Amino acid sequence: MDINRKLEILADAAKYDASCASSGAACKDSRGSKGVGSTGGAGICHSYTPDGRCVSLLKVLMTNACLYDCHYCINRRSSNVIRARFTPDEVVKLTLDFYKRNYIEGLFLSSGIIRSADHTMELVIEVARKLREEHQFRGYIHLKTIPEASQSLIALAGSYADRMSINVELPSQQSLDTLAPEKNLARTEEAMGHIRGKIDERYAEKRKPDAPKPPPFATGQSTQMLVGADASTDAVILGCADKLYTAHHLRRVYYSAFSPIPEPSSILPLKAPPLIREHRLYQADWLLRFYDFKVEEIASTATPNLDLALDPKLSWALRNRETFPLDVNKAPREMLLRIPGLGVRNADRILSARRYARLRLADLIRLRLQMKKLMLFIITADHHPAKWGLDSDSLRARFLPPPEQLEINFDAPPTPAPSDFLSVRSGEL
Amino acid sequence: MRTVVIMPEYESWRAAARLLLAQGVVPDDILWTDDAQDASLFVGEETAATVPAASAIKVPPAFMDIARSAAAHSDARRWALLYRLLWRLTLGGERHLLSMSTDRDVRQIQDWCKAVGRDIHKMHAFVRFRLVSVDAATGREQFVAWFEPDHRIVRLAVPFFEKRFAGMDWSILTPYECAHWDGKRLHFTAGVPRSNAPDADALDDLWRTYYRNIFNPARVKINAMQSEMPKKYWKNLPEASLIAGLIAESAGRVQDMLKTEERPAKEAPKNAYLKSLHDMNQTDVTKPNHDSEET
Repeated sequence: MDINRKLEILADAAKYDASCASSGAACKDSRGSKGVGSTGGAGICHSYTPDGRCVSLLKVLMTNACLYDCHYCINRRSSNVIRARFTPDEVVKLTLDFYKRNYIEGLFLSSGIIRSADHTMELVIEVARKLREEHQFRGYIHLKTIPEASQSLIALAGSYADRMSINVELPSQQSLDTLAPEKNLARTEEAMGHIRGKIDERYAEKRKPDAPKPPPFATGQSTQMLVGADASTDAVILGCADKLYTAHHLRRVYYSAFSPIPEPSSILPLKAPPLIREHRLYQADWLLRFYDFKVEEIASTATPNLDLALDPKLSWALRNRETFPLDVNKAPREMLLRIPGLGVRNADRILSARRYARLRLADLIRLRLQMKKLMLFIITADHHPAKWGLDSDSLRARFLPPPEQLEINFDAPPTPAPSDFLSVRSGEL
Repeated sequence: MRTVVIMPEYESWRAAARLLLAQGVVPDDILWTDDAQDASLFVGEETAATVPAASAIKVPPAFMDIARSAAAHSDARRWALLYRLLWRLTLGGERHLLSMSTDRDVRQIQDWCKAVGRDIHKMHAFVRFRLVSVDAATGREQFVAWFEPDHRIVRLAVPFFEKRFAGMDWSILTPYECAHWDGKRLHFTAGVPRSNAPDADALDDLWRTYYRNIFNPARVKINAMQSEMPKKYWKNLPEASLIAGLIAESAGRVQDMLKTEERPAKEAPKNAYLKSLHDMNQTDVTKPNHDSEET
């Protein structure tokens, strides 16, 4: 099988992993070496495919042969996709060739599990070792980790990688038992705890004054959850994410709407969730991490699923109308962040500007805020929303998109407004 | 009114601005023009005012970064706006001005800085190096790229390439300025036409194979793609020729997927590791956690 054919199969097999981050790595670069590569900046998206996802890393599997039978996965052993396998040297050469042409930020290497967890982990590590040691590659490396691999191998992988990840895939053991019988949440969390320990250890070493620079280790870990492959509610999914952020300090939890695959498993009735659900989960995730929201405020036992028609912050504001209107000239930062239409950056701009002037509507217009939404929730030096505006039952209706946009299926993919994409990128809601 | 002619570069503006500020010249009295041809600084109509010593004028350090970035913007009004901001920050007594994103001038300069920052970022993302030769003596690979920035950002953008691609020789050609790296030294030459740059690379086909297969036809979001990768960049991206075809065939590919037969689960193969995994799943789901103190 030639390299082009292998790349077709093993890129196709890797595309269901949503992670694409190339940021947050330690600062390193190629100056003074014979190699190439640098990390430490914000991360760069080198291209975009028509699915709206960025192409940042060469994302491939070592092999798509797999012992496991995860029913949502195209590479499960019951699937009859064509199988292929890279040699470590092939992946090394592809990575370097692509990198030198500035197609990519680095490599995201994962693999189907063959023979055993340790054997598979060794194959993945061998690629990273060659890149780092034989080619002085200083670009970004993200290695998928198998929770059942031995701790020494996970530690070795971490010494070559900038980012590690183990996908929890589904938020409860009950769902895993049905859909991914080989996977175990407790073991995954144990491995995440081990990786977190290693990451923390290195940070502690680095902070010691006058200590020599500690050996490299990945600076962060992430995970992915599938949305819509099981019956888990958004409250359960966000609860699981919140637990992982708190317990293991994950950099990111990725949410991936289950996507139709060829020849689906008979165990998994194929009904794709609306893509907008994935989008709302990302918005809710941002609220948890940067806006100081609690899971119960966004998705509770009473309303366990996010409103698909409205963003979760607006949704929260409409449920908590008594909090508003807020005076942008007086409200503390944590309350400014609760105002629909006001993101972290503009809240900080308001805080900084109001030290010198009483802000008026014209000032906010110059910040290019979404005034139509904002005006209902704020007080400025020259504006107070009519009280009826906040109490009226028609308030929710005012924000609903026209009905036809709510029909979402794969024949007619949804077309969110460009502002939606901006908000998912910047996290500003 | 005096006319100030400067080279369209930050250093040239700074030198002129320093002098004008020391003379206390108010912003409305200056007409700024750039002239790339004439390097000489020309300040017409000397007026000796009561001049504060240049050293006595303190400028917030943040302003210098803003000025350096805004100077690269293509808008001809940037020099006048920069001087007006400088004047307001110093002689105008508005030392806190940069904290006021709600101010018209501040807002405008922030917009220009943002546009320049985005242009630099897109250059880092969308430059495509093409292999042209291998130096017989040193064995170093030599690459050439073509890029068309919106603003005069080459000098601001290339330190990134120097750090990242130290181990290869490269040139980045643009219509107004070119940057070259030979492993030791970065240097700059005048701009060149597009035809001076190579059109393709032997690896482009393999890259297109990757692009085609990493695309998921079941989630087409064309607006999301185009807001980050506007069409103006497509002509210099080898993968962009695939976009129209991938979109056109996506609906059919999903239909075909949905039509395929469901597959029953296959029995587990005989494998020692798999057996141990299943045994483990049967017995202890909650193994004690030695490594993390977290509950």
